[in-house]
Amino acid sequence: MKQNTILELKDVNKHFRDNDGDIFKAVEDVSITLAKGECIGIVGESGCGKSTLARIIAHLTEVSQGRIIFKGKDIVKLQGDALKAHYKNVQMIFQSPLDTFSPRMTIGGYLIEPFVNFKLMNKKKAYEYAQELLDMVGLDKDYIKKYPNELSGGQLQRVVIARAIGIKPDIIICDECTSALDVSIQKQIINLLLALKEKTDFSNVFITHDLALAESICDRIYVMYQGEIVEMIEGQNIVEEAKHPYTKILLSSVFSVKNFENIGNQRIG
Amino acid sequence: MRSRKRIKVFFIIILSIAILSIVFAIIAPVFAPNDPLQTDFVHILEKPSEKYLFGTDQVGRCVYSRILYGAKVSLGMTFLLLSLIFIFGLIIGIVAGMAGGIIDTTIMRIADTVLSFPDIVFAIAIVGILGPGMRNTILALSVIWWTKYARLTRVLVMGIKNREYVDAAVMVGAGKLKLITHYILPNIISPLIVQLALDIGGMMLALAGLSFLGLGVQSPTPEWGNMLNEGRSYMQTAPWLLIYPGVAIFIVVSIFNILGDTVRDLLDPKHV
Repeated sequence: MKQNTILELKDVNKHFRDNDGDIFKAVEDVSITLAKGECIGIVGESGCGKSTLARIIAHLTEVSQGRIIFKGKDIVKLQGDALKAHYKNVQMIFQSPLDTFSPRMTIGGYLIEPFVNFKLMNKKKAYEYAQELLDMVGLDKDYIKKYPNELSGGQLQRVVIARAIGIKPDIIICDECTSALDVSIQKQIINLLLALKEKTDFSNVFITHDLALAESICDRIYVMYQGEIVEMIEGQNIVEEAKHPYTKILLSSVFSVKNFENIGNQRIG
Repeated sequence: MRSRKRIKVFFIIILSIAILSIVFAIIAPVFAPNDPLQTDFVHILEKPSEKYLFGTDQVGRCVYSRILYGAKVSLGMTFLLLSLIFIFGLIIGIVAGMAGGIIDTTIMRIADTVLSFPDIVFAIAIVGILGPGMRNTILALSVIWWTKYARLTRVLVMGIKNREYVDAAVMVGAGKLKLITHYILPNIISPLIVQLALDIGGMMLALAGLSFLGLGVQSPTPEWGNMLNEGRSYMQTAPWLLIYPGVAIFIVVSIFNILGDTVRDLLDPKHV
């Protein structure tokens, strides 16, 4: 165990039981470590258990088995006020920005929530801080009075990031946080995240199906397949270092002009 | 399709009429020319005249005054009943929807059991056991109709509690109560309000119906359903005993039904 490890998952399992009583293993014997300031990627296809893993790390879903060690303490059994306090340390950015907002709550109302709930500041101060946060992610201060449906997806995701950063958590989990946005906005959001990461030095769990994106921003990449981690790749040489057949399949399914040529040639041949 | 602006204007008009009718019901006794309980055996079953605007009934009471006083009783009972079942149903529904599991199953099976009886028959049975009267009628109808709101609330809560914004709220330290008041309630309240508005007319009729059957309000308290019941035997000789309370019920129920429909149109997202 490294000295500055902030989060460690040991043999984490999550089983769901369906209506017939059959057990579905969503996450199986997953062990990962996350150091302070590090960015790890979890990649895999839809349904491989990425999001369940994200929810487990965020403590939104309880594990069936295994241990989660956060700053040297096992947090699996946390409940009530202790759990509430733990949420200050971990924030999550969800896939669909619009779904992250209650339609009847203003952006300002959304932004002040954590600071009021955790009793960090009173409402008036929280609103002032919310304006600062909006400014930080490059949005106008007047947005505080707007409703979610008045903003675009990219703007909403900025607001989500603003709140997540504002709490100053140790870990930010991005669960496909750019998948619902179009490509140019994706880049802006990623750049914003990276810029803020340099400023505040949070650890990042980046969950995506986009290998190129994961490769470009993550220090380490875990490849997940059917609930299990099949490979861990250090550094940013996913193409050279990939050994597991599934990782290779994933890599070969990335669309690029070159790949299309290959497919075309194969057909002709 | 009517434009949103026209619906809004129409809503304001019909709401004003509804509020006016409620205000009128409250201050009605001021307009009443005679004591609604005062019997006058000299003037039995008299035709509408200057002194008795809507005539008199079989014991010589002024029908006009009784209708005015009856408005207060009818509307009062309806709103009392509605608030009872709305609040009770809302709380039960939220508890069932949020808790899930065995609590949810237990509550919903009880609701199913209640719903398996035809409601008026069930109400008659309950009033039959407890004895007729205003309080017992409201109680009987509450026992049946909370299920309607509880079921609706439960379904709405279940549709919302797994949304990402609820998870996001949990992650910023929102407790159970805050989740309910700030996230769930604001997002489920419109369909409930629509249901409530649509139900006002029906409840009024049900209450009048039970009074007509002699189970609700008892003589001599003036109430429209009860007045119809008492006037029944004089349909041939003194039709005003039936016509005026009937028209009163018709007008008020119509106002609230139209109000309900307008509220539904107004809150329907398809019209936005």
